[in-house]
Amino acid sequence: MGSPTPSSARHEDGAVDRRRFLTVLVAAPTLTLALSAETAAPADASSSVPQPADIMDAGDALILAGTPTAHLMLVLEVAENGEVRVELPRAEVGQGITTAVAMLVAEELDVPLGKVRVRLADARPELLLSQLTGGSNSVRALYDPVRKAAAAARARLVAAAGELWDVPAGRLVTRGGAVVAPDGRRAAYGSLTTRAAKLPLSRLTAKPKPESEHKLVGTPTSRVDARAMVTGQLRYALDIDVPGAKPAMVRRPPTINGTVRLVKNETAVRAMPGVIALTVIPTGVAVVGETFGQVMDAVEALDVTWNAGTADSLSDAGIRKRLRAAVLPPVVPPLTGHIEAEFDFAFVSHAPLETNCAVADVRKGRAEIWAGLKSPILARQEIAAALGLPERQVTVHVTQSGGSFGRKLFADAAVEAARISKAVGRPVKLMWSRIDDMRHGRARPASHHKIRATYTRGKVLTYEHRVAAVETDFRHGVGEMLTAVATRLPVAGNMSFAQAVFHLSVKVPYRFGVVTELLKEVPLKMHTASWRSVWSANTRGADEIIVDELAAKMRKDPVEFRREFLKTARQRAVLDKVAKEGNWGRDMPAGFAQGVGFHDEYKSCTACLVEIDARNPKKPRVVKAVIAADVGRPINPRGLEAQLLGGLTDAISTTLRAGLHIDRGLPLEGSYSQFHYARQKDSPTDVQIFIMPANGEPGGAGELGVPAAVGAIANAYARATGTRPRSFPINFDVDFTPFPR
Amino acid sequence: MPRYTFSVNGRTVTVDAPADLPLLWVLRDRLGVTGPKYGCGIDVCKACTSHLDGKAINPCVVPVSEAQGREVTTIEGLADGDKLHPVQEAWLEQDVAQCGYCQPGQIMAAVALLRQTRNPTDAQIDAIENVCRCGTYFRIREAIKSAAAKM
Repeated sequence: MGSPTPSSARHEDGAVDRRRFLTVLVAAPTLTLALSAETAAPADASSSVPQPADIMDAGDALILAGTPTAHLMLVLEVAENGEVRVELPRAEVGQGITTAVAMLVAEELDVPLGKVRVRLADARPELLLSQLTGGSNSVRALYDPVRKAAAAARARLVAAAGELWDVPAGRLVTRGGAVVAPDGRRAAYGSLTTRAAKLPLSRLTAKPKPESEHKLVGTPTSRVDARAMVTGQLRYALDIDVPGAKPAMVRRPPTINGTVRLVKNETAVRAMPGVIALTVIPTGVAVVGETFGQVMDAVEALDVTWNAGTADSLSDAGIRKRLRAAVLPPVVPPLTGHIEAEFDFAFVSHAPLETNCAVADVRKGRAEIWAGLKSPILARQEIAAALGLPERQVTVHVTQSGGSFGRKLFADAAVEAARISKAVGRPVKLMWSRIDDMRHGRARPASHHKIRATYTRGKVLTYEHRVAAVETDFRHGVGEMLTAVATRLPVAGNMSFAQAVFHLSVKVPYRFGVVTELLKEVPLKMHTASWRSVWSANTRGADEIIVDELAAKMRKDPVEFRREFLKTARQRAVLDKVAKEGNWGRDMPAGFAQGVGFHDEYKSCTACLVEIDARNPKKPRVVKAVIAADVGRPINPRGLEAQLLGGLTDAISTTLRAGLHIDRGLPLEGSYSQFHYARQKDSPTDVQIFIMPANGEPGGAGELGVPAAVGAIANAYARATGTRPRSFPINFDVDFTPFPR
Repeated sequence: MPRYTFSVNGRTVTVDAPADLPLLWVLRDRLGVTGPKYGCGIDVCKACTSHLDGKAINPCVVPVSEAQGREVTTIEGLADGDKLHPVQEAWLEQDVAQCGYCQPGQIMAAVALLRQTRNPTDAQIDAIENVCRCGTYFRIREAIKSAAAKM
């Protein structure tokens, strides 16, 4: 339970001052998980055996893995000026977690939202598995600990006021950042912190407010950092003023993982204007200079001979062949009515607008790093190892990121910046060029899918989905967390990282009889990482296409068919919502069509209905989207809508035009003019998003929007053009001249 | 090294810099003006969109020599002290930003568009090429329309 522990207040300069702050570390939340298939299966899921993700999803596993240290997660301080400061062990990459957490704290403490300051915590190794941002998990993992920490602080402040006034705490209320007595006396929190910090522990019990009393939580709220963003004041890693830190970039090899053999013109490049230093590192040749413009010129001017990389012979055709060869065959003989299909999905760059970057200041015996990091504890370990320093000598600051989508689970730039700083003996600001970020940065692996479904007399008997994918790199902490827990599942047994994530995140939400979904990975030495929604965007996207085709075979309307086969009323409600609000089935002009998709993950579900203009099948545009989502308990519906909007745009991009072509060991794409992530002209002019009312615990939401929208868009495209899309992105010509290698 | 004098957000600055050094790096690395962001360096992503004499430019491809004697406005110079520009207000009202990295450029592009036309059509908004990797386009569109209605 949430018994508070007073601890020394911590200043940025490390000084301790008990009088100015009340600091609370919250104790472990109790977490109960239903691990039995019987108790966890949806009540009306009568004719389908549950898949692992039905019983426990990846989010549950992450929470469980983090439980031993969850009590240490939040550092919450009430300052003398009435400000409430929270140190959050998560990354903010645009998903709005700082706003959601500020709302939870403001709600629980009865302070105005503007009084809550959320700061991203440095790497805190004592948190072990509790400092990782991924798996749509932050709200789910933080909901209880944050409320308990704030409730504990509030209880202490109330008790302090009670002591001051000699009034029983039970008769005091909190309002607007102050404790208020029945006679109207008022004490601002800031005036109570000294007294509150000195209270003996045993006198206090603290319980979060009942959810029925929430006034702010659940209300659409704008981001707490929006003003800083629109005025250009928000500091991303490269905007931080680290004294003496100089611009650095790296000349990278012509193929993935190539290494430097010889720098032929080192002297000439060192003599170029603005060049300060040059050093060879494992990933290429680093140049440090006065301005990024000059460093770019120097990197460009380098004449380097390279050793081979690790994927030099690989191109798309060969990769696709290997995936097709690896995919496991379906086993159910197609004796009754059946449907079979194969799908291919290309590599996709995460392409966050802020390229890989980091600031590093490595001196003798110590290192300090600033970077956007979703797994900072591991980053710290990696950096220490790369520098040959004890971990305790490495400080890792987590900066707000210009996007991630999975990319910043890895600390590639932070490790590289540390190596460069060490080699050149001065602080550096490392920035990857856009070309390098697309070609040498991580990407969602290509995959091949084989689906077979059998049906008879209005029932789907079996559903088999076999996935072969280029190996996804999970060496960022999530893998350890999930495998540790997944092996305890009654149905999953021993699994690799990838298998664990696959089985804990991918499930068919329909009553399709005997359902099996299997993943086979093909290890290729390329730079991969999970990409928003991991396997669900393609696996569930392909499922949703087959659902439409099954419906057609069984002579049913796609919405009616889904209604009939979905497992729960909650699932049907979001589907009904988009069908109604989106006017499903309305007449469309030739070349236009509607499409629908559904997805359920991390205790949340969503449906998406789109309208597409595919009069020119080479240039289709999603013109309208209607989305409904049930996340159990929305904390900030406005932020949730933003996540769903982002998921929709990701789906538009990756379904219609955005992917990477691999050619002899390197992606051809090196720019947004080549990797066709959607622009304004590709985006719908009408988007309506409906958030279902709170009805339970918070589910995951950051990745939820992608898979349903992938299905909806592909289905709309199929209906509008009369072709069945099987390879994604649908329009994927090399319509550009690649940059030189 | 040549010397250039120009105005940045109303303040006169003088820098010694190679003539061909892109203005983006003069702003960011020499003057500490970090609102304009690097996203590609080749005028594709438009994250650095700023204004030169009131017109939208992409300083990643504009040499500093072109700024001589002229007025550069970045996102930092758009508000009038604490009073935000109506486009910035509209961005707050629609809660447009997610990661926020492209938004200075998006806002500067929108301001430039609204200087050309008081009531932009959807087609004119579509012509804004600034990449938003978080996919906030619909809210950007709504914010531009909302700002247009108020200006």
